[in-house]
Amino acid sequence: MDILDSLAQGFAVALTFQNLGLALLGCFLGTIIGAMPGLGPSNGVAILIPLAFTLGLPATPALILLTSVYYGAMYGGRISSILINIPGDEPALMTTLDGYPLARQGRAGEALALSGLASFVGSFVATIGVALFAPLLVKLALLFGPAEYFALFTLAFATLGGVSSKNQAKAAMAAALGLGIAMIGIDGSTGTQRFTFGEIHLLDGIDFLVAIVGLFAISEVFLFMEHKGADSAIGTKLDRITIPLATLKRSIGAMARGTGIGFVAGVLPGAGASLGSFVAYTVEKRVSDRDGTFGKGDVRGLAAPEAGNNASAGGALIPMLSLGVPGSGTTAVLLAMLLTLNITPGPLLFTKNPDVVWGLIAALFIANFMLLLMNIPLVGLFARVLQVPARILMPAVAMVSFVGIYGISGSTFELLLMVGFGVAGYVLRKLEVPLVPVILGILLGNQMEDNLRRALQISNGDWSILWGSPLAIGLWAFAIVGFVAPMIVGRLVRPRLPAAATESADPD
Amino acid sequence: MIGSDRILGAVGLILGVAFIWGATLIETGFMVDALGPKTFPVIIGCVLVLSSGYVLVRPDPEPAWPALGRAAEILGAVAVLVGYTFALEPVGFVIATAVAAALLSWRLGSTPLWGAVSGIGISLGIYVIFHLILGLSLARGPLGF
Repeated sequence: MDILDSLAQGFAVALTFQNLGLALLGCFLGTIIGAMPGLGPSNGVAILIPLAFTLGLPATPALILLTSVYYGAMYGGRISSILINIPGDEPALMTTLDGYPLARQGRAGEALALSGLASFVGSFVATIGVALFAPLLVKLALLFGPAEYFALFTLAFATLGGVSSKNQAKAAMAAALGLGIAMIGIDGSTGTQRFTFGEIHLLDGIDFLVAIVGLFAISEVFLFMEHKGADSAIGTKLDRITIPLATLKRSIGAMARGTGIGFVAGVLPGAGASLGSFVAYTVEKRVSDRDGTFGKGDVRGLAAPEAGNNASAGGALIPMLSLGVPGSGTTAVLLAMLLTLNITPGPLLFTKNPDVVWGLIAALFIANFMLLLMNIPLVGLFARVLQVPARILMPAVAMVSFVGIYGISGSTFELLLMVGFGVAGYVLRKLEVPLVPVILGILLGNQMEDNLRRALQISNGDWSILWGSPLAIGLWAFAIVGFVAPMIVGRLVRPRLPAAATESADPD
Repeated sequence: MIGSDRILGAVGLILGVAFIWGATLIETGFMVDALGPKTFPVIIGCVLVLSSGYVLVRPDPEPAWPALGRAAEILGAVAVLVGYTFALEPVGFVIATAVAAALLSWRLGSTPLWGAVSGIGISLGIYVIFHLILGLSLARGPLGF
């Protein structure tokens, strides 16, 4: 009954006028951000963090706003997938497979309504999962000492490339780059300068928000410069947005399976929503596709991945909140925000700031209902947003990024650094070096080092403490399997992933 | 022609070696823990060297680089953003943003006139929402906005 008590307190936090308003705003912005091709959850959240921060929002409201954006983007991604066959963000890729054919058959309204419902089922169940499992994982986390944390961080990096990574060497390279950037500045435990080259601006290290906004948002502007002309436009007329009962009956099983699979994929480190929707679709196809209708507009092929990507978005919050180790791009960005607000996720968060955690969970329940309303009756409104051309959208994105970073730093140096990260992000994306490990490296580098040094301080310099407990050994084993397995499994799975423009898709 | 991944691998390798070398130069003060401030950077440098070495030896297929014209557009966009950064404080937010957004919008395919209109619209829109409504401080130019 602990959980129900905590949840009741959470609702007391979430049900204030301000927090409800922020959840509504977040849902609205998130759906738009998700629906816009080229502007995905991690981009959207990255641009909004500096803004939320400069507006002086306290932790709970800021977290509510940004996770609502995150959830909203997961709903919104399907809109452009179905209407114009361009995924609004990477997890919505699988939604195009059966969603667009449905729209071509004149069933766009039905497809939008059904996928909206599937999104709701997926994220609602996943939010219940967060409430149930995050406290359990916290109990496990209490067993973690510095050595175990160091192993856990290594595990996060090893698995982050995941199945979607084409080249594990590049994922490792990205992680090393990020960790290296984190080393810049004054070393916290000895006070010595590292890699500052005597530059005053570097003494505090590089602000990870500058890196995140540059790598994600600014590089996106450059990608659009390259592919200009790929404007969004809608030719499909929306019919009535309802779900026939027969369609609902047919797809209920698919939604349930998609939710389960997506949730598990979300909790596992390194999987994220893209993998969740991919596996949900593949399994559903294997289970239900008896007449070869998948890919030609089968409602089950639409419901499964859509439930899957929303469920994994919720699931991915669990390791982020309870261990402080995010499993996906957007949760890494959310972690950045928590760290900026001086809140360290992990077991302490649950005991010291229960209002933050449970307020967030309660707000997510409420946000889900708001999103359901926005995404079925009002979906026509968001479909119209797709008509905003890139030539207006992208300059606005760039300018808002500048406003945010200028707001937190007020310095020309940081802005230049952001543009620099934008150029680097563009080149790395072209070379298929994943950006999420870079971000995670910058975010977690100092904590990772602290834990290593603390562990060796305890053992007086004896390295064997790192694998001194069964838990640590288990984590190391998992890390090694997680790094090696994609090289083998990926070779089998990847050819079946639709070859979309991965470079321009926003990581979840 | 040398493949992009070989260049990436070589750059990573040099960076990794330089990073390790830089790490050994870190001065240790009086207060030193068992591990000290050098070891972790050295480990990172080693990971960078190993992974870059692999990329250098086994490069991926060549990515589709933009044609010369498009590459120039991207460089132009970088120039606009850098110029914008330096103009922001001397000129003030509204004017600098309108010009930068107009240039970007024009290069993304608007006609010059519509580019100018969208630039002014974006600039005023941000100014109204973020400054007047939300009270965020933006760069003030000599004219006060």
